[in-house]
Amino acid sequence: MSIALHVAYILRHADDALVLGHRLSQWSSRAPTLEEDIALSNIALDLIGQARTLYQHAARLEGAGRDEDALAYLRGPAEFQNVQLVEQPNGDFAATMARQLLFAAFAEPHWAALKVSKDAELAGVAAKAEKECAYHLRHASEWVIRLGDGTAESHARMQRALDGLWPFTTELFEADAIVGEMVAAGIGIDAVTIRPNWQATVGEVLARATLSRPAGGGFVTGGRSGRHSEHLATMLADMQGLRRAHPGAVW
Amino acid sequence: MTTSEKLDTDGLLERARAVLDGVTDPELPFLTIADIGILRDVHLDGATIEIVITPTYSGCPAMDVIGVDIAAAMTRAGLHDHRITRVLAPAWTTDWLSPAARAKLIANGIAPPAKSAGKRALFATEAVACPTCGSTETIQVSAFGSTACKAQRRCERCREPFDHFKCI
Repeated sequence: MSIALHVAYILRHADDALVLGHRLSQWSSRAPTLEEDIALSNIALDLIGQARTLYQHAARLEGAGRDEDALAYLRGPAEFQNVQLVEQPNGDFAATMARQLLFAAFAEPHWAALKVSKDAELAGVAAKAEKECAYHLRHASEWVIRLGDGTAESHARMQRALDGLWPFTTELFEADAIVGEMVAAGIGIDAVTIRPNWQATVGEVLARATLSRPAGGGFVTGGRSGRHSEHLATMLADMQGLRRAHPGAVW
Repeated sequence: MTTSEKLDTDGLLERARAVLDGVTDPELPFLTIADIGILRDVHLDGATIEIVITPTYSGCPAMDVIGVDIAAAMTRAGLHDHRITRVLAPAWTTDWLSPAARAKLIANGIAPPAKSAGKRALFATEAVACPTCGSTETIQVSAFGSTACKAQRRCERCREPFDHFKCI
């Protein structure tokens, strides 16, 4: 097993957490209510915290002189390996909650499975992240139900958000050579094994929310190998701009 | 190092523990880092006092401050040879809050977490007693609060809003 593959595997999950965390932080001071402003900022903090620990771990494994900031701020869109679901724009509140539900329903069982990873640092992150993501999942589920089973307008918006994001969910469960190597080494898991769990959770929430499960059809892929929607580049330009304009600046 | 200092290892650890008993959580200043379960271990590695801490939440910004506070307190006490080590496993749980910590939370208007942070069902609700009047007729206003570790609730009997220490 090569270190490069191990680093790539860690970076995928760090990138998922950072990109979604940054997206949620874009709601700070703009959420519909003060409580939600605080909630979304708290969830962003959890995710960025998870990302930091994973980046520090990847940087140590890599041993190439890059630190967590270099990994977060100095890689371009083609080097980010997150799933495209997390980079999708916030849209309205329904779109953000739909994205939260679809990702958290994956993240919770995913981290739960990684608690037994032979990579002790990854297992440590997983044990914390599982608890945090369980909380995120509950929060998103409650909102999806409230809006789906709410007014005609909120129902329509939530259904539209789900329909729009659904094609991005297949990518969560894709496996490739890196996943294969990590499974063989006892470090990673094949996410397809948690797909039934994801389907059950999302199915239960959609049923309670009186929402229809979007039909299958086409799906989007490529994020894990650096192919992204145009939204990631715009987001990174905003997120990385200050650091790139002032290399090495500290305060 | 002299022989007497070598024999005095227990004394050194006792001094370190006494110093660490004075280090509090910056968000909950009435709780020490031992009360809250952040302080996991204090031991000697050769002549160096190793202080092992664990974060409550992955992104808890108080961790950086706590590290600085520990270093400052140890240095002030003349315990210069120390090292702070952060560990993630086992993951922090609210079950580690000491009985004293739970009493201090209530005294400061914060409802403590339910005991034994087991896995809750997705839609399970929990009974939380109001720290002011003790009524369990309380409702959750928001699952998130002013810090990563707290949620917001309101008492339906005395109408008082209060923080609830999240149970994880």
